[in-house]
Amino acid sequence: MTAELNSPPVSEYCEPARQTNTSARQLCDVLVVGGGVVGCAVTRRLALAGAHVILAEKEADILEGASKGNSAILHTGFDAPPNSVEQGCIADGYREFLEIQSRLNLPLVKTGAMVLAWDHEQAARIDAIVAKAHANGVKDVAEISTDAARAQVPALGTGFTRAVHIPGESLLDPWSTPLAYLHQALAHGAEFLHHCEVHTGEFDGNRWRVATSQGELQARWLVNSAGLYGDQLHHQLIGEPRFRIRPRKGQFLVYDKSANQLTDTIILPTPQETTKGIVICPTIFGNLLVGPTAEDQESRADASVDTATLSRLKSVGESIVPGLKEHSITGVYAGIRPATDARDYQLEADSKRQYLCIGGIRSTGLSAALGIARRAAKLILGDQSAADTPDSIQWPSVPQISEAGQRDWMRPDNGGIVCHCELVTRREIKNALLGPLPARSLSGLKRRTRATMGRCQGFYCSAELSELTQGHLDCPLGI
Amino acid sequence: MSAPAIQCDVAIVGAGPAGLGAAIRLRNSGVKRVVVLEREAAAGGIPRHCGHPPFGWPEFQRILKGPEYALRLQQAADAAGVDIRTETSVVQIEPGPMLQVTTPAGPAQIEAARVLLATGARETPRSARLISGTRPMGVLTTGALQSMVYLKSQRPFMRPVITGTELVSFSALLSCRHAKIRPVAMLEEHSRPTAWRASVWLPRLLGVRLEMNTQLIAIEGNDRVSGVLVRRGENSVEKIACDGVVFCGRFVAEASLACMGHIDVNPVFGTPVTDQFGRCSDARFFAAGNMVHPADTSGRCWHDGITTADHIVQSLAGNLPSPNNAIAIESAEPVIRYVIPQRLSVDPRPAKDAALCVRFSSEAKGTLHLKVNDSPIVSKRVRARPEKQVAVALPDDIFSSKPKRLKLTFEPSC
Ligand SMILES: Cc1cc2nc3c(=O)[nH]c(=O)nc-3n(C[C@H](O)[C@H](O)[C@H](O)COP(=O)(O)OP(=O)(O)OC[C@H]3O[C@@H](n4cnc5c(N)ncnc54)[C@H](O)[C@@H]3O)c2cc1C
Ligand SMILES: Cc1cc2nc3c(=O)[nH]c(=O)nc-3n(C[C@H](O)[C@H](O)[C@H](O)COP(=O)(O)OP(=O)(O)OC[C@H]3O[C@@H](n4cnc5c(N)ncnc54)[C@H](O)[C@@H]3O)c2cc1C
Repeated sequence: MTAELNSPPVSEYCEPARQTNTSARQLCDVLVVGGGVVGCAVTRRLALAGAHVILAEKEADILEGASKGNSAILHTGFDAPPNSVEQGCIADGYREFLEIQSRLNLPLVKTGAMVLAWDHEQAARIDAIVAKAHANGVKDVAEISTDAARAQVPALGTGFTRAVHIPGESLLDPWSTPLAYLHQALAHGAEFLHHCEVHTGEFDGNRWRVATSQGELQARWLVNSAGLYGDQLHHQLIGEPRFRIRPRKGQFLVYDKSANQLTDTIILPTPQETTKGIVICPTIFGNLLVGPTAEDQESRADASVDTATLSRLKSVGESIVPGLKEHSITGVYAGIRPATDARDYQLEADSKRQYLCIGGIRSTGLSAALGIARRAAKLILGDQSAADTPDSIQWPSVPQISEAGQRDWMRPDNGGIVCHCELVTRREIKNALLGPLPARSLSGLKRRTRATMGRCQGFYCSAELSELTQGHLDCPLGI
Repeated sequence: MSAPAIQCDVAIVGAGPAGLGAAIRLRNSGVKRVVVLEREAAAGGIPRHCGHPPFGWPEFQRILKGPEYALRLQQAADAAGVDIRTETSVVQIEPGPMLQVTTPAGPAQIEAARVLLATGARETPRSARLISGTRPMGVLTTGALQSMVYLKSQRPFMRPVITGTELVSFSALLSCRHAKIRPVAMLEEHSRPTAWRASVWLPRLLGVRLEMNTQLIAIEGNDRVSGVLVRRGENSVEKIACDGVVFCGRFVAEASLACMGHIDVNPVFGTPVTDQFGRCSDARFFAAGNMVHPADTSGRCWHDGITTADHIVQSLAGNLPSPNNAIAIESAEPVIRYVIPQRLSVDPRPAKDAALCVRFSSEAKGTLHLKVNDSPIVSKRVRARPEKQVAVALPDDIFSSKPKRLKLTFEPSC
């Protein structure tokens, strides 16, 4: 029977969990500021090289910034500007991901992608796209006939005149991947501080003294991987940055699992200067994405969606794959790219001040993160740091939540299902709330388990989740 | 998945009123092994968390609250010798019929001579409505609100707005009242409530402002909802401060097993295609309850389960006509949301009490025609509202021979 409910004052809603004061900490080798995918990868690489690293993140969890919402494609870099830092980092990142992915229990699905040209102007650019891919070392990119494209994806609409196949483009798990990087870093002595916002800092010729929301931290080197706030942080630490972040929002539609059968290949439009355009993309969780848009905005935090744009995405999607009309939308979201005025990443080391800025990692950071991390380590620790991963290192594995491998519900004694749409088990929820990097928010729990992300959006599981998460979340489901 | 499959005569997916009603009827008709598979920890379906009346009139001649009703259904099923397996999720249906399930102990398989899908319906959440704004916590459907309030004694918010005036919106009001949650307002896009006109009295009685001609257009807030933007009339946009939103109704079939499996689903309605026996495109599969007509009262779903159980008994005995000789009812009218059944199987026996069940997507006044080979054989004048089901009685000999075309049209009157 139901117990009496009484109402707590509103101010008690969101009390951030406190952690031990940082002032007791010793001097560390490197302080990495910003727990996006880039910060996680950099922390990993430095820790593997033997450095003592602290990762400071202002939010309750990693991946609350640009890395929260993306298309989850592992790019080959076929369309990156040749000889750019970005292209080099994507190529290196791609290679290393393939090497380490199975050891970290991270899924990868080699779907391949197709670029389609829908008008004369786009068709005229196809030869250049193939040439650029080859210049970037992605040699298996080739034009295919429109019949071959249609044979691969019979659900395609009509009207495209040329097609390019990029066999290497793949899908990954956008959340478990950075989480695994950080787990491995922690296994090698790195520390993670959440709710730790870096305000200002000073380099005294020997060490950084950094003022944070958790007290002072000291470090030999400081890495700015603050993503959407990279220019602001640079300003607070060093002075005028050479780049300005120009936040660029991308909205998405997520279609229900039944739509996944429409294509097992990523469908890309002909790339433009500022954006890759609207992509139709299967996800590793068995859904289908349509998006993202490219909307310049002032706010670095406003990831709101709007009805008009979502409806437009729906019709663009349906014009490329008409069969989408018969499938339902289960989710919508938006991500914000840390774009800049420049066309390349802003990777800049100041060895006098022992400061490295990794700015403007706009639309390929998930793919490039491991490559960026190698460059960062080389700049900070010198050449030997970028040597290949030694054999003696630890490989903690993260839970496998994608459809590309075995899920927990397929295994004995899983404790039963909590989220029916995404088949998330009680054991998975419990595990995500424990361990060295527990979920402290509902969004963190979603990223670790997929709970509530399915077609019912919590119709069936909210109550049980609310009970299971009691005492674990900064902002509880029930008040 | 190597353990030997569990064998049974009829496997029923979903222990709501439809599934349990069918299971009891099957057992009482002499079917031996009737297994009901339910993914929740308890049988009863949605009524389990509707801590308010009215439930149970057609079944028990009493007015009960949802949980009492669910318990009675479950006890009746136990007494009839139904094998109810809770915490058992069906993850895939396959020809055979074969069901892949998962339980806390791990995966298993179930083989049955017939399968009844009775998986219910769910409400359309915020995302599928493409509502603008941020995505804070505190945005729920009525079902989620109810299960938090009644099953776990938890409150997702204190001052929400409630959208819509379907019947289920009033459940949301009652659930809030139970938990001492005080809704700021109830919003209705149209100029009249979707449920009955008199329903406007309930919010008034509970001291909740009912705002007609008011459409929710955006949600604001970071961690939690801080307010909503509403459009009143043509172009006045206003903010209402609140800490939550309940999206009520706009039920859709919980038909994902069918969508992901080998069974035909009507792409427009999202429900499995059935004939007058509740039989799916794979004739060993049947469907009943809210998943066939989202959403009805529990009494109707229970009754539908019983009727379908009778057809399953006939099917097991080999008495149903061949499913290969079926014709689809065409209906291209935008005002017609769905018609059930969507196909008719040719059956030489006289059809008793045969009827089409039609539901409209908007208010409409006019005449429904069922046309055989383009000439109307049944016509019915209707004043339809979206939440109201219209039954169109069919002549006794309707199924006796196969017509070339069967078409449902609507002729609006001015
Ligand atoms: C719509 C969209 C689609 C995309 N698709 C893809 C794709 O398919 N493939 C791909 O490879 N890439 C893709 N990307 C790009 C990728 O997501 C980004 O490049 C990447 O997430 C950038 O990561 P980051 O670590 O640089 O920044 P962020 O993720 O923003 O991380 C920065 C972190 O720093 C924290 N922070 C900021 N200031 C402070 C401070 N003062 N103190 C402490 N912490 C601070 C923030 O809270 C944040 O967590 C996409 C991006 C978007 C938006
Ligand atoms: C908020 C609300 C208030 C309501 N109030 C009233 C009221 O006052 N009076 C009234 O008469 N009716 C009311 N109804 C309607 C009534 O609850 C439904 O009509 C009725 O429950 C439908 O019965 P059903 O058996 O078709 O489906 P459900 O009751 O939805 O049962 C379906 C069952 O199938 C299970 N299931 C689904 N998929 C699977 C799977 N893959 N594997 C295993 N199990 C599965 C579900 O867990 C569920 O238990 C209300 C509904 C709601 C949402």
